[in-house]
Amino acid sequence: MFDSVSFTNVLGGGALIGLSSLLLFTLNGRIAGICGMAFSLMATSLKNNIWRIIFLVGLVLGSAAFYWLTNTPLPPAPDSSLGWLILGGLLVGYGTSMGNGCTSGHGIAGIARLSPRSIIATLTFMAFAILALFIVKHVIGGDI
Amino acid sequence: MYYVTALITGLLFGAGLAASDMNNPVRVQGFLDLFGDWDPSLMFVMMGALAVAIPGFQWVLRKRAKPVFGKRFYLASKTVIDRDLVLGSALFGIGWALVGYCPGPAIAALSFGYSDVFIFVIAMMLGAKIHQFQAKSK
Repeated sequence: MFDSVSFTNVLGGGALIGLSSLLLFTLNGRIAGICGMAFSLMATSLKNNIWRIIFLVGLVLGSAAFYWLTNTPLPPAPDSSLGWLILGGLLVGYGTSMGNGCTSGHGIAGIARLSPRSIIATLTFMAFAILALFIVKHVIGGDI
Repeated sequence: MYYVTALITGLLFGAGLAASDMNNPVRVQGFLDLFGDWDPSLMFVMMGALAVAIPGFQWVLRKRAKPVFGKRFYLASKTVIDRDLVLGSALFGIGWALVGYCPGPAIAALSFGYSDVFIFVIAMMLGAKIHQFQAKSK
């Protein structure tokens, strides 16, 4: 069922993400919400954003280091055409800004503190993602 | 220390995304394809993350009045479930399905050197900017 990714990898990788979220909150009092961090770069001063820039650089380096150190091939680029890429990006940016969070902020940190808003947000984006994929792939037969 | 912990937690998050193959948009779309050839990976990643985060957050919120290095816990100021939360999350879900990237993996994938990733991230930042602009002018 998992082809190249083992059970240890998905549970262990998930645990690392959960640990990151927990440590950032416990130590710095901050929610590890990636979209919130990225979009704050366009909304508040550089001084307030230093920790966010450091976290995001760490995010990029942490992923790159894993592939390099474990000799794992890089994942593929998305299959999507240019139009879907741009539309998808716009919707992800607009939607997570409007909904104040994404998979990390609502789906992990928000659920971990049992926030009703985050539970509703997570159920909503999961449901709409499953529905949208079904419509585009199985109803329209689009190549995404 | 505040910045050191930001770096370490960023590294951990990135390593976790890579280890669980969540930086792979095809695998994420495989999870969302509930009615096709379903790949449950993402569900196990969420379970692994929440198994650590739920007890951890609950313990910290009960036992500590403030974080170890920061001034206070920065929690979302909004508590009501409103139209923006539901509509925004729905739009996000649709965009997520179309490409297979949510914001974390899209940013983590910037080092791969794929032009598709840059296009997606620029569109994502633009989408957020449009919303920030609208919210400000309300």
